[in-house]
Amino acid sequence: MAINITMPALSPTMEEGTLAKWLVKPGDTISSGDVIAEIETDKATMEVEAVDEGTIAKILVDAGTEGVKVNSVIAVLAEEGEDPDEVEAPKDAGGSLKKEESSKKEEAAQTKAPEQEDKPAPKSEKPESDSAKKSVSSELGSTPMKLADVGDGGDRIKASPLARRLAKLRGIDLSNLKGSGPKGRIVKKDVESAKAGQAAASTAAGAPASPDGLILPQVLDDRVYAPDTYELKPLDGMRKTVAKRLTQSFMQVPHFPLNVDIKLDKLLAARAGINEAAPEGVKISVNDMLIKASALALIAEPDCNASFTDKGIAYHKSAHISVAVAIDGGLITPVIFNAEKKGLATIAAEMKDLASRARERKLKPQEYSGGTFSISNLGMFGIKSFGSIINQPEGIILSVGAGEKRPVVNEKNEIVPATVMTVTLSCDHRVIGGAEGARWLQAFKRYVESPESMLL
Amino acid sequence: MADFDLIVIGSGPGGYVAAIRATQLGMKVAIVERESLGGICLNWGCIPTKALLRSAEVLHLAKNAKSFGLKIDKTDFDLQAVVKRSRDVAKQLSGGVGHLMKKNKIEVIMGEASLKKGKPAPVVTVKDKDGKTKDYQAKHVMLATGARARAIPQAGLEPDGKLIWTYRDAMVPETLPKKLLVIGSGAIGIEFASFYNELGSDVTVVEAVDRILPVEDEEISAMARKQFEKQGLKFMTGAQVKSLKKNKNSVTAEISAGGKSETIEADRVILAIGIVGNVENLGLEELGAKIEKTHVVVDGFGRTGVQGLYAIGDLTGPPWLAHKASHEGVICVEGIAGANDAHPFDASNVPGCTYSHPQIASVGLTEAKAKEAGHKVKVGKFPFIGNGKAIALGASEGLVKTVFDAETGELLGAHMIGAEVTELIQGYVIAREGELTEAELMETVFPHPTLSEMMHESVLSAYGRVLHI
Repeated sequence: MAINITMPALSPTMEEGTLAKWLVKPGDTISSGDVIAEIETDKATMEVEAVDEGTIAKILVDAGTEGVKVNSVIAVLAEEGEDPDEVEAPKDAGGSLKKEESSKKEEAAQTKAPEQEDKPAPKSEKPESDSAKKSVSSELGSTPMKLADVGDGGDRIKASPLARRLAKLRGIDLSNLKGSGPKGRIVKKDVESAKAGQAAASTAAGAPASPDGLILPQVLDDRVYAPDTYELKPLDGMRKTVAKRLTQSFMQVPHFPLNVDIKLDKLLAARAGINEAAPEGVKISVNDMLIKASALALIAEPDCNASFTDKGIAYHKSAHISVAVAIDGGLITPVIFNAEKKGLATIAAEMKDLASRARERKLKPQEYSGGTFSISNLGMFGIKSFGSIINQPEGIILSVGAGEKRPVVNEKNEIVPATVMTVTLSCDHRVIGGAEGARWLQAFKRYVESPESMLL
Repeated sequence: MADFDLIVIGSGPGGYVAAIRATQLGMKVAIVERESLGGICLNWGCIPTKALLRSAEVLHLAKNAKSFGLKIDKTDFDLQAVVKRSRDVAKQLSGGVGHLMKKNKIEVIMGEASLKKGKPAPVVTVKDKDGKTKDYQAKHVMLATGARARAIPQAGLEPDGKLIWTYRDAMVPETLPKKLLVIGSGAIGIEFASFYNELGSDVTVVEAVDRILPVEDEEISAMARKQFEKQGLKFMTGAQVKSLKKNKNSVTAEISAGGKSETIEADRVILAIGIVGNVENLGLEELGAKIEKTHVVVDGFGRTGVQGLYAIGDLTGPPWLAHKASHEGVICVEGIAGANDAHPFDASNVPGCTYSHPQIASVGLTEAKAKEAGHKVKVGKFPFIGNGKAIALGASEGLVKTVFDAETGELLGAHMIGAEVTELIQGYVIAREGELTEAELMETVFPHPTLSEMMHESVLSAYGRVLHI
């Protein structure tokens, strides 16, 4: 029997991905564990390993195909003793969605998206299946196109009937939830935990219904920018995600900035001492120390370790620090979890590992989500100060400028040189006020200017 | 260098299923067994008791031949032949497990295992039947050593294999006890009581709680008691066995109930007062694994907290059921392999079955437990007497009960008593696992004529839409 190789789900929430590259070709013999392809999701590229052994009989989805649905057949494997040429491709192959079609489909989806999303769910006290039937038949009369969409299942939210019922009863938007059930299916548990703290990204009043709707169609006018005067690089998953998330945050979150100058001399001295005393291979960076100081400040000022949700403010109990890492083609924020409890050596080691895997786009989704605070450092470029866009659903983000020698007036009214950096805290005004943000910066400044207090 | 990716200790339904799943995921696997492949389930539990109960069922039908319009002049049985059939069934299946191990290239190591500290997982020392020992190193070690019958030696509640039996002795009787005392009315106690009663023993069941089958829904417990009593079984509930005194060929039991003390004399006693985990002589304390009330403490993926050491099945606590062990074993292996869809174990969807006559089966919360948990409930009931197939079968006694959350329509629990309910319950288990609500269950087409129609009717009944009653 021929074995179908299907598009794997690389994370519980993955519904489709781009088949970036094939590492095998028809006729190749593979065994279990061989890397056969690379798949690109929102933010990461991952390798696909073979589960079975045999000879690649057919490749059904070309490299570079976007929007390949999870579980669709991407290749067929002939088992030992089987003639690869005789093997037939299954009918439901994912290959039917070729490059061109998929981009066309996407365009179409974008133009009709608003209309679809604004449609209210049918209100009915009857069992759901009844109302579902009704809505299908009414659509059949007016817009037969929709029916085809139902069959396609592309935008379908996978959720159990009970989860749908609960979400309806409690007014929770399923499209904002991540499913923890098989193949990312939203189950009762997911809706129940959403009840406690649904992400700020959810249905804030007046906001567009879907995050996708935030990215409005935008084209360059050929009459103004002739196509041969620029190179168009298609959006990859990461660009799309960054665009979507930051647009959403910038439009929805009332940002306000606070900044303060912080003397770095003691921290630099402490760092030199620590690194001198540290065993071979351990090297602490200034950024590692700022991560630690941020975490301690979040614990000292818990009002700032918070997320806005439409059900209430979620105050996080631990400090999970997202660290912005610029990578080729975008930006990603791996998370140091429970940073308040971790020593500098641990933070340094984790950061080194996360950053290097981030650059290779090999981070797992759980490694770049779940933060409660972000830090972005552009000091190495000599940037004096800047303000970052909040990384939702986190409540604040710290932008760190360059440490530089500046003249400072000391207590004796003398002008002396000191190493100073300017940091800017962008705050979500729905979560905290100016005073809370200022208190957080005071705490952060205290830890940085007296680094020994981090040991307490 | 590790000899194996995974060593499974114990080849019961938890261990051998886990071993097969592990090879499917590409691991090199060995399984250690001290007695017979298949463990208690296949050799001394689930399967051979079902063979015995089938004999009892056929006998019951033969005795009632007249009601089916048939003539059987004399019904009798040969106890040794009944036992032999049961043993043959067990043997056939144990051989089948051996074949499965071979087919999946799983190395079977016969002997008794113990553990000592090692990296990346504890070292497994296996002592064979000649007393020779050999060490094996694997990347992961899974304990699936199961459990055994609980004893209370202080009160004389200690099996001797002659007068005081465990399930194991009760499965291979040499002669039929005239008077039998069964201590404990859980699934094991009730199944043996039902079997021996059908064969003609005078059976009394003693239960400490105020009702039989204490984990089942109260209404089902009460119906079961009524039906068993009609067949001649005797029950003492809210009763405790204070002592057992062994005589030459009988046992005297001192039982206290409701402040009064009573003595009962029986030829044989079956102890079915619970289960203790097989945690001894494995070296668990030295490794630092946590043990609570004879069970190894684990998380939803079977992890013990000791690096590379996992535990599943009866060893990790209730419900002590083969299918729970198999499921946990698979989850544990998938967790180890980092499989995409591994989900932690959820005990609330494990069905429970008792294969007595009548059968009892259930999943989820009882009506009382659902209310206790704060649910507003809608309860559906449908009796066997309203079902055509049940009447045609000559099995019109029984009930299908469903408990829904009134607000959300979640199927909180299902409880059944009557013919073949152990085969029916999985319909409701699927409904719970898939998180179907009353709406989907009502929309589902059930074939006619079948007993399963009662499952539909019970749901309809919960929402005031019952058709056939």
